[in-house]
Amino acid sequence: MILVYISSQNGISKSAFEAVTYARKLDSEVCVLTCGSASEAQLSAFGQYGAQKVLVDRKIDGSDAQQLTKLISQYAQELNASTLVFTHDFVGKAIAPRVSVKLKAGMVAGAIALPEANGSIKVNVFSGKASGFVKVNSSVRIISLLANSIPLEINETSCKVEEITANTGDSKIKVISVKKPDGAIPLPEAEIVVSAGRGLKGPENWGMVETLAQTLGAATACSRPVADIGWRPHHEHVGQTGVAIRPNLYIAIGISGAIQHLAGVNGSKVIVVVNTDKEAPFFKAADYGVIGDAFDVIPKLNAALVKFKAANN
Amino acid sequence: MNILVCISKSPDTTSKIAFSNDNTQFDDNGVQYIVNPYDEWYALVRALELKETVGGQVTIITVGTTTDEAIMRKALAIGADEAVRIDADPKDAYYTAMQIAHYAQSNGFDLVLTGKETINYNGSQVGGMIAEALDAPFVSLATKLEVNGTTIQLEREIVGGLELIEVALPVVVSCAKGMAEQRIPNMRGIMAARTKPLQIIAPQAIEELTNFIQFSAASSKASVKMIDADNMDELVALLHSEAKVI
Repeated sequence: MILVYISSQNGISKSAFEAVTYARKLDSEVCVLTCGSASEAQLSAFGQYGAQKVLVDRKIDGSDAQQLTKLISQYAQELNASTLVFTHDFVGKAIAPRVSVKLKAGMVAGAIALPEANGSIKVNVFSGKASGFVKVNSSVRIISLLANSIPLEINETSCKVEEITANTGDSKIKVISVKKPDGAIPLPEAEIVVSAGRGLKGPENWGMVETLAQTLGAATACSRPVADIGWRPHHEHVGQTGVAIRPNLYIAIGISGAIQHLAGVNGSKVIVVVNTDKEAPFFKAADYGVIGDAFDVIPKLNAALVKFKAANN
Repeated sequence: MNILVCISKSPDTTSKIAFSNDNTQFDDNGVQYIVNPYDEWYALVRALELKETVGGQVTIITVGTTTDEAIMRKALAIGADEAVRIDADPKDAYYTAMQIAHYAQSNGFDLVLTGKETINYNGSQVGGMIAEALDAPFVSLATKLEVNGTTIQLEREIVGGLELIEVALPVVVSCAKGMAEQRIPNMRGIMAARTKPLQIIAPQAIEELTNFIQFSAASSKASVKMIDADNMDELVALLHSEAKVI
């Protein structure tokens, strides 16, 4: 039996369904554990991806990892779970390492594939410059799954939502305020990302990048220099010391492709590079390349996409 | 305020990554080690800023071998007061975290800081593991940290947003971008670092829960297909029919 912990506080993300899809591929018995106020209808959606049961603790809000660790450990033991699955995002990073210590269960952080025949699991190492295979030596294992690592798979299962209460104690963390996202697609989850660098010459020119992203239903990102000089917010910085992403399509405009930047994006399935310099190192890591000026290429690419979308809808 | 900052070595960000012994070991031939950027730029510098405003002591700790003493001297040169090295070559996050937790428990700290992750293994595990072992609250991926008497206020990243929270000390925090700005050590700091105490401690007997059995370098792309800037219709068609991503 596999226990999947999911955050359902701010709606249920695609990576949560990926985690359930992953769990269902490991075992036919999958139970989802969550907390907070998500509706029964929202929670029973996990049945589409193969969960038979969703356990929800309505008393706690998910802000204190210590409470969640008690909740998760208690149910992992009661259900005799062999594997616990988390999303390798802000949620999983806060909780899974604690649960690993509490249960003395080895943790595979940032899994990008299902286990190999020898039981080891592939993860990115050196910020995506290489990969490694982790073997867990304990009887119970914890896997935190990187977003966009496994395609969603429908597996209609009748799913029961059950309310539970665990003895988790009081929260030691007092939430003073929450700055909600602006509704944009969170970068690590985006399937398409449009990213730009110093080639854009100034923050006032980002309008066309945003237009292109809108046409594609993409998230926007940027290179480190652009975030450091304040043209774009830090959370958009992808690379070795920023966010690592693995979208289906990454379009890099006016970014030369330094090794630190490549480290954060080389998990992308398809890379398109637009640069004026035909010697830019990024072309070596690209699937498709366009030599040209951002100010010329972006509007043309956007127009071609608009035409394509109109013809295909 | 007594602050413990956990640091780790990592290869310089420009390093090419290669493996030896049948791809079972990181090959550090010719690799320049640095203090893991998240540990240095955010955790250590914020600890020093706190010491400067509220007073106290900053201790850095690493689990590593004699190779790690260069990065410890760097951390001392930036301004840490003393350094502790647990003499072991750690293979997994659990082992590392349990060693540090044991030291922290016996020495008593108000605040334990780590970087958000190392750029070697990117696991983001050690901070949370230390917190669980100490039975202390853990705030992951904090972007701001202010001390207010016996409590601290932090801003942390949550899925798609930011949360402002308050928590009583002692607490473990993993530090992300925004927490502080990089500091370059000056000549006085470098000189002072030479005489600061560097304590070496024998490790506890801790079993490792995981290990890497194999590595592989990232596969390189087949050659790039160049498309004329005036023919964006072709690029769109290829993305649709060949790459199947739109």
